[in-house]
Amino acid sequence: MDVIPIAPQVAIRIEDLSYAYPDGHRALNSIDLAVHRGETVGIMGPNGAGKSTLALHLNGILTGQGRVEIMGLEVNKKNLKEVRNKVGLVFQDPDDQLFSPTVKEDVAFGPLNQRLSKEQVEHAVSRALAWVGLEGFEDRSPFHMSFGEKKRASLATVLSMDPDILVLDEPVSNMDPRGRREFIQLIGILEATKVVVTHDLDMARAVCDRVVLMDKGEVVADGRPEKLLSDNALLERHGLV
Amino acid sequence: MKHDFIDRYSKLESPVHARDARAKTIALFVIIIACVTTPPRAWFAFCVYAGLVIVITAASRVPFRYLLTRMMVVVPFILVVAVFVPFMHKGGAATHWGWLTVSNNGLLVLWNVTAKSLTSVACLILLTSTTHFPDLMHGFEQLHVPRFFTMVSSFMYRYIFIIVDEAERMKRARDSRNYHGKWLWQAKVVGYMIASLFLRSQERAEHVYQAMASRGFDGTYPRYSEPKMGAGDYVFMIFVVATALVGRLAVLWT
Repeated sequence: MDVIPIAPQVAIRIEDLSYAYPDGHRALNSIDLAVHRGETVGIMGPNGAGKSTLALHLNGILTGQGRVEIMGLEVNKKNLKEVRNKVGLVFQDPDDQLFSPTVKEDVAFGPLNQRLSKEQVEHAVSRALAWVGLEGFEDRSPFHMSFGEKKRASLATVLSMDPDILVLDEPVSNMDPRGRREFIQLIGILEATKVVVTHDLDMARAVCDRVVLMDKGEVVADGRPEKLLSDNALLERHGLV
Repeated sequence: MKHDFIDRYSKLESPVHARDARAKTIALFVIIIACVTTPPRAWFAFCVYAGLVIVITAASRVPFRYLLTRMMVVVPFILVVAVFVPFMHKGGAATHWGWLTVSNNGLLVLWNVTAKSLTSVACLILLTSTTHFPDLMHGFEQLHVPRFFTMVSSFMYRYIFIIVDEAERMKRARDSRNYHGKWLWQAKVVGYMIASLFLRSQERAEHVYQAMASRGFDGTYPRYSEPKMGAGDYVFMIFVVATALVGRLAVLWT
């Protein structure tokens, strides 16, 4: 009988990760972090704390010094394709994420790159659009959609790839209250390990099991949201209130 | 924002809109090629081309008014290139209108340039007004137009209005601070704005590439679906091509 490998319990493991931008600015300073399967982790901190830079390391868009592992797989050139299939990264600006003339083509982009068959691609597209509540938007141009709709479509473009880990960069910034509430609800329902980069306290309280506080490229606190986010002195020290 | 500048009316429903992008592309390009190779005195041929354009426009329900307005974009070029030719052309028969002397050969050149450019532009406007832009690009690909060209065009279609929006916002921010253009000043500020737009576009390009790479983009752009040409597409294409060729070849007998 085949031995069934035990699934790794750690979805993301980051060891001693540092990164400096080409202009010399140090964005990450020896970060250590482990995210467990099924967890929803909020990465919080003021502007310029290195949150987005960290997110870009999770699928190898940026590679710093140190080690990043995704589902037991080291992020390096050789594993890049597999890592990007496992990690769905949703960017902050939906106009960056949605680059195709129609929604359908954009949502199909990831599955097509995974070289799925035509039927599988179509299935993945309609399933992802149904998840985010955008059935019937297949042939719409992103330019004609509202900001909230574009955000949902952006999410669909990675959900169609069926990732194990979802990384969301500032998912509710610039959204109106209702769009924000609905989007937070949507994120809550999705079953995946989630890393949410945000400085929205309400959102962190609503969806995160755990909050990692960053400032100046370092992790300064790590704990449960109800504890961390009620520590006003801590939040004030790091520019979150 | 006016996103329909490029393919306005492309979402109407008509027998022409329903045709495959390839059929329309080939048919309209045959008209253009036939037209530009027709000798200037072949009046019958030009009537045939004009007739084709009129029939296709009528069938497509694209307003003639719209077609005519858009055709005006070539008028400045005609003005620059050809409008003085009838007055400058020396030699040959000439017509006198009061103090004006007009060369007949020159007039023929003017007619030739005007008729050909207007017909060609009308065909292109018809193509883009009856085909949704993504379908048009897809049709081009199926006709083996290089993928690089269609990709760049698709990105342009997606992003040009975002860039226009950005420029508009910058202009508003500038005007809100009491900018009133004195000439040298103005040039300088416009320069800054262009530089800033360029930087923003480059930054956006970088982000878009990151979003593409995140979803496994490896330089090849896979296709979503391959539409097939139906009987109606072939009938349309053959009808237009045959009519245009009749017009073009009729020149040989006269």
